[in-house]
Amino acid sequence: MTAAALELSGVHKVYRHPVPVTALTGVDLVVGAGEAVAVTGASGAGKSTLLSILGTLERPTSGTVRVAGTDTSALSDARLSAVRSGSLGFVFQRFFLLEHLSVLDNVATGLLYRGVPAAARRERAAEALRQVGLTGRIGHRAGQLSGGERQRVAIARAIVGRPAVLLADEPTGSLDSATGAGIVDLLAALAGPLSGRADPGAPTTVVLITHDTAVAAAMRRQVRLHDGRIVEDTGSPS
Amino acid sequence: MRSRLRLPDAFAVALAGTRARRLRSALSALGIAIAVAAVVAVLGIAESAKADLVDELGENGNLLTVASGQSINGREVPLPVTAEAMIARIPPVRTVAAVATVAAVPVRRSSAIPKAQTGGTNVLAATTTLPRTVSARMLLGRYLDARADRYPVTVLGYEAARIMGIGSLGASTQVLLGDQYFTVVGVLAPVAIAPEMDVAALISFAQAEQRFGRTGGPSRIYLRADPEQVAAVASVLTATTVPGAEEDVQVRRPSDLLVARIAAKGAFVGLFLGLGGVALLIAGVGIANIMVISVLERRSEIGLRRALGARRSHLAVQFLLESTMLAAAGGLLGLALGVAATAVVARLSGNPLAIPPEGLAAGLAAALLIGALAGAYPAIRAARLSPVEALRAL
Repeated sequence: MTAAALELSGVHKVYRHPVPVTALTGVDLVVGAGEAVAVTGASGAGKSTLLSILGTLERPTSGTVRVAGTDTSALSDARLSAVRSGSLGFVFQRFFLLEHLSVLDNVATGLLYRGVPAAARRERAAEALRQVGLTGRIGHRAGQLSGGERQRVAIARAIVGRPAVLLADEPTGSLDSATGAGIVDLLAALAGPLSGRADPGAPTTVVLITHDTAVAAAMRRQVRLHDGRIVEDTGSPS
Repeated sequence: MRSRLRLPDAFAVALAGTRARRLRSALSALGIAIAVAAVVAVLGIAESAKADLVDELGENGNLLTVASGQSINGREVPLPVTAEAMIARIPPVRTVAAVATVAAVPVRRSSAIPKAQTGGTNVLAATTTLPRTVSARMLLGRYLDARADRYPVTVLGYEAARIMGIGSLGASTQVLLGDQYFTVVGVLAPVAIAPEMDVAALISFAQAEQRFGRTGGPSRIYLRADPEQVAAVASVLTATTVPGAEEDVQVRRPSDLLVARIAAKGAFVGLFLGLGGVALLIAGVGIANIMVISVLERRSEIGLRRALGARRSHLAVQFLLESTMLAAAGGLLGLALGVAATAVVARLSGNPLAIPPEGLAAGLAAALLIGALAGAYPAIRAARLSPVEALRAL
């Protein structure tokens, strides 16, 4: 087994407002580098909370979170931002493209907060678009694309910085099933050491959240949440 | 590793943000533009109106007058006949001119007008050096010369000519001084430094004596001194003019009058500037309002940027720069509008165009300050938004 890309131990998350709700209860999860993991569960099972905590967008009420070996619990907000810009890529159900920018500039935004100069950002963005099969759409505005294309742009934006971990929150939720299947295949292909990365020694880990078991089946490992606990884990390949 | 946003990128992001909502951005910038234009125009128009007088002041700061005082019974005591020559002997004095009031001589356009209806014009005897000394220009014709001692000719002040309806001069243009016709040989342009010239009909001392029996010394002497030594000259004038009877003469510096007029022109500037400031504040509140709405509308963008690794400060800077850019664009447009308005007003009122550069700088600085203040609260809200809540927003 390779070194852990993500490591959760004893993670609890309680929302106090408006009424106290326990979203996660004692979650322990280790995701190795290069794994492709699907987190499934019914609505309200705590999937989105888990993703927010994995993505350092939210802090756990208790427990520790390690991203690419870094313990995030003691980090300042600015440091957490650095973890996100350096090690994490996000794909959302609603794409969140910047409508007034071109496809290329949307993807280049993925490197904006790393301080990469504009010309280099665009160069790498073009390469990321090639990886997701959208070379022909570089000059289009985000608003001119179909749903599937928009999600591919969002994926290109997430991988343009070659993050250690790619987190996808219901990436097929706004797409029809055929288009969604294409997106899931793309995400699954990005995982592991053979995804076209420059240095094969640091493979991309993909964690996908979905309520759709057919989508989850495309990932090698499945983790099922219920009422804030992991009730099923097909386990890391050993 | 740190997350960082390069400065050119920060500007590019803010610019893209304002350009994505063109109409809204243009309208909020317009508010600032109008306010800045008002401030610049107020300063510029007041300054232009003053510039005319200040030019005059610069030219006339070395002009002094010596006038006869009034004795206890209210009768005018003429200056000594020798006064003009005595003053001319003071070394820093450059030119001297004397005038004398020719009392109780009505000035009329013709005999068809009753004597009582003089229109406020006085007859003044004047020396040939007068235009040079008070810097008077001729509007029409020429000034009194040596021949004026022998012939009944007169030069009219600007107002006097206007009141009598004399717009051009011919060989037969005559006015009636007392009961005698005088040929008008010239009309003076307005003399701001010596407005008493504007309502006068000027004749020579010789004619005043010959035709109206006016004798004795002048009633007022104008002189120009070396600008460096005006005060020194003023201090010796009374003693030179009437040795031993100093209380009978009054020495004045007519430019003091101009100073007072300049001060009067500036009296309302403060008030109008205050109103301009209020307009700027209102425009600033407008920008703040738009920016708060913008932060609410763009929560998902804020969440996305946080997910991409933006720090709180990066979001704050983005929104602060957006509002400052709007204000700066409005400020620049306002400067242009204000200068244009000033130019139009100055042109219409015949004043030179004068805009204080510090006024332009202050207008732009005020716009930038207002923009930054207006953006501060929305920027803080954008920075404080939790990424998860921002991403959940619809």
